[in-house]
Amino acid sequence: MIIEALLAFTFVAALAVMVAPDEYAGRLAFALSLAPVVGSLWMWSRFDASGNALMDGSIAFETDIVWFTLGGFDLHWFVGVDGISLPLVVLTTILTSLAIVSAWTPIAERQSQFYGLMLFMEANLIGVFTALDFFVWFVFWEAVLVPMYFLVGVWGGPRRKYAAIKFFVYTNVASLAMFIGFIALVFGLGDSIGSTRLPEIAMALRADELGSLFGIPAPTLATAAFVAMFVGFAVKVPVAPLHTWLPDAHVEAPTPVSVMLAGVLLKMGTYALLRFNFTMLPEVAVQLAVPIAILAVVSVIYGAMLALAQEDLKRIVAYSSVSSMGYVILGLIAYTTYGVGGATFQMVAHGLISGLMFMTVGVVYNTTHTRMVGDMSGIADRMPVTAGIFVAGAFAYMGLPLMAGFAGEFFIFKGSFESTTFAGMPLFTAAAMFGIVIVAGYLLFAMQRTLFGPFRFDGEYDITEAPVHDVAPLAVLLALIIVLGVAPDLFFGMIQDAVNPILGGVS
Amino acid sequence: MYDLALQASLPDWTATAPILALAATALVLLLVDTIDPDSSNSTLLAAVATIGSLVSFGLAGWLLVAGTGQPATGGAIELFGASLVVDGMALFFQLIFASVTALVVVASVDYLKGEAYQGEFYSLVLFAATGMALMAASNSLATAFVSLELASLPSYALVAFLKRNRGSVEASLKYFLIGAVSSAVFAFGISLVYAATGTLVLGDVAAGLAEATGMVGVAGIGVFMILGGFAFKTASVPFHFWAPEAYEGAPAPISGFLSSASKAAGFAVAFRVFTVAFPVGELVPMGIDWPLAFAVLAVVTMTLGNFAAATQENVKRMLAYSSIGHAGYALIGLAALSGGGPNGDVIGASMAHLLVYGFMNTGAFLFIAMTEHWELGRTFEDLNGLSTQAPMACLAMTVFMFSLAGLPPFGGFLSKYALFYSAIEGGFWWLAAVGAVNSALSLFYYSRVVKAMWIEDPVGTVELGSRPLGLYVAVMAAAIGTLLLLPAFGPVVETAQASAAALF
Repeated sequence: MIIEALLAFTFVAALAVMVAPDEYAGRLAFALSLAPVVGSLWMWSRFDASGNALMDGSIAFETDIVWFTLGGFDLHWFVGVDGISLPLVVLTTILTSLAIVSAWTPIAERQSQFYGLMLFMEANLIGVFTALDFFVWFVFWEAVLVPMYFLVGVWGGPRRKYAAIKFFVYTNVASLAMFIGFIALVFGLGDSIGSTRLPEIAMALRADELGSLFGIPAPTLATAAFVAMFVGFAVKVPVAPLHTWLPDAHVEAPTPVSVMLAGVLLKMGTYALLRFNFTMLPEVAVQLAVPIAILAVVSVIYGAMLALAQEDLKRIVAYSSVSSMGYVILGLIAYTTYGVGGATFQMVAHGLISGLMFMTVGVVYNTTHTRMVGDMSGIADRMPVTAGIFVAGAFAYMGLPLMAGFAGEFFIFKGSFESTTFAGMPLFTAAAMFGIVIVAGYLLFAMQRTLFGPFRFDGEYDITEAPVHDVAPLAVLLALIIVLGVAPDLFFGMIQDAVNPILGGVS
Repeated sequence: MYDLALQASLPDWTATAPILALAATALVLLLVDTIDPDSSNSTLLAAVATIGSLVSFGLAGWLLVAGTGQPATGGAIELFGASLVVDGMALFFQLIFASVTALVVVASVDYLKGEAYQGEFYSLVLFAATGMALMAASNSLATAFVSLELASLPSYALVAFLKRNRGSVEASLKYFLIGAVSSAVFAFGISLVYAATGTLVLGDVAAGLAEATGMVGVAGIGVFMILGGFAFKTASVPFHFWAPEAYEGAPAPISGFLSSASKAAGFAVAFRVFTVAFPVGELVPMGIDWPLAFAVLAVVTMTLGNFAAATQENVKRMLAYSSIGHAGYALIGLAALSGGGPNGDVIGASMAHLLVYGFMNTGAFLFIAMTEHWELGRTFEDLNGLSTQAPMACLAMTVFMFSLAGLPPFGGFLSKYALFYSAIEGGFWWLAAVGAVNSALSLFYYSRVVKAMWIEDPVGTVELGSRPLGLYVAVMAAAIGTLLLLPAFGPVVETAQASAAALF
């Protein structure tokens, strides 16, 4: 019942914050958001699942009751966690709390609504990562869009309306494509399944029970459904060339919202890819491995090149997400323990690191009111702590050892070098690794121009060190990044355990 | 179970308690108004009307849960020579009418402040609701006609209630003229069916049609004329012309009442008449393919409704056209019937959608009632930045809009899903596909309202003045209903499908 308790508490907290007066809303939201953190850590400490939730593994904190019956299908309230979803639940709760603190400075108007929506989004994100019935999952998946639309559209920058609508339309159309793809599979399975529980469907698909639908033979149906779902999730990830909503949304969104967007929302895409495409239809994935790997490498290199060309610090971090998520796709298509496991680990690591980077840029912006690289230089003199964390975060992003990013990328590269999905995989990996050089390039370049050198600032604001409540979440995130980098086994063990069953059917 | 005890110990006519409660409330309202005729005491009138409709709601819910008139307790209860019938479907629809009526009368307290003839207003609403409740229980073409008129006549008067407002009067006239024509068509259709079968009771009509081999042509024309009568009541194309005018001109609570309850009543009687009196399995082989006619009607209605809604600049008019679009979705219930198909599932899904629709659509019109109370304009732009002034009301309206569009966190998602799913299950996947495409399109114009309220900046400073308590209560109640119908959708759709299956 811990999952239901988490969901119920967060929903009620969201409502409570929404009606609270503006002066207290930020503090109240933070205080309330600590309970899900404690809850998710408690789940982690008592975690006893083994195997993959979709592949006949045992599921922790499971609830499975029939919700209602519709045309012979049982819809279940079915939630639980395994080694893939639990790290993401922990990431969600921690990042939400920190994002709420980081909102105290920049969010000045309609605060209770802002914090209420943040908590509402958190509840739905927990739902996405714990739901194991397609309908329950889809309800949460779509429900995340609604608060995000408002958070970007109401509290965003000058072009917020455009960005919010673009985000909403892109991801909603993507959801429709995914929905159609998945439902086609359900209908194709026909009578061999009795519900939309994901494990049941995954097992049936793995057992080759897919039949033809409307005269479309099973192999074609599987490929079409795979492509539809892949497109749907790839928009969320985002994979180039479907990434164009992301820089707009990121640049316009207020800092805490960017943190949630990069830190957790993008992981919904890769998580769903892993759960649906790569777990349920491994044969199709292997058939399409070359195009997917090409997309991954293009995302890595193209995203990094775009980041290199930006003048806006936030845009740099935004495009670098496209690049980093490309690594995750590469790890998934590798179909090895280290590849898929590393991809899952990288989801958490990138969540923390990109969250840290966005927050740092936000702190700099709160003080300077500009994000343009050309408008400032040498601000490390005036904001030494923030600058220090910026440097540390950038190093984590570049994959310095003993930080979470290194562990994630190392696992992915090891896994994809070993991969036998198709012959050229090591070549693709080598090409993707070139991305690291570009990442180091744009981050060092940006840091060198903004943080170091003689102090210069083209604005009227006093540049002083940021207040404690702005810097504290940065420090916490940095600590977590180092902890996870030093001891990746805090999560990697359970991830491997959950990933291995997926690889069983693939040579 | 306790259900057996309930019906065994009471006479059969007590099963009509939800209808009687509405009728009695209407009469009590007239009495109250006679004692205190200057109608200043609107709170008392509204309280009586609210209590009456809530009692009716409670009775319908209680009887439904107790299983009255359902197969488990001995089947439908027939009354007055089988001209009325109480079964699960009738009670389910009475639940819809009672809940919409309660919302509307609560909201009317503030809306009617300063208007004359308030006693008449509330009693007309309750009489119309009585007519609708009777429609759901009609088991003969004659009672169907009479109860349809009982629902329609008060509605004409209610639309014209703002008699100094030209739009209101014009709307009523348009509504009345088209209503009169379609009543005539309906009555003529009934007479043709009577000519072919010699009976008006639905079950006997079916038996008569099976034998009336020589009268197929007459019966067929009769069936399609009856279909036209329902198309008027449910605001389906091509009998929809009155709807945008009437919904726009009528007092906003009445627009909500007409577009939710009155429409549901049309479906209630259509479901019963077409399934019981004109069984698909027999009429289609005879050449009277009414499901095909409904399929054409459904496709045209939802497409036209949605496209017209997308081009509106006036929010109330947009809601009116979107309500036509929703009639198209609900028509799938009749369009996707086939001999031997999962017919109970399809009609049940349609009924469940109408229940959710009762909350979300009434709520949306009540929100409009609130903006009219604040004397805001009627275009999308006039709602700009309203959320800074009235966040809770805007939150509720957001729930209604997203739910009407069928987005997942709200009740409208599952009810639309159940509807499309049942259609696919019955082999009508193309009907579901048209519905899904229309539904995706509808997000465009529904989200315009949301965008205006939350994201656009206010044009000028708007002072909203008073906070109308009754309207707030009604809007919030509708929003909570819309939200709770997602987790509670299970029992709703199961009840609806079980009671619809009993028709076959």
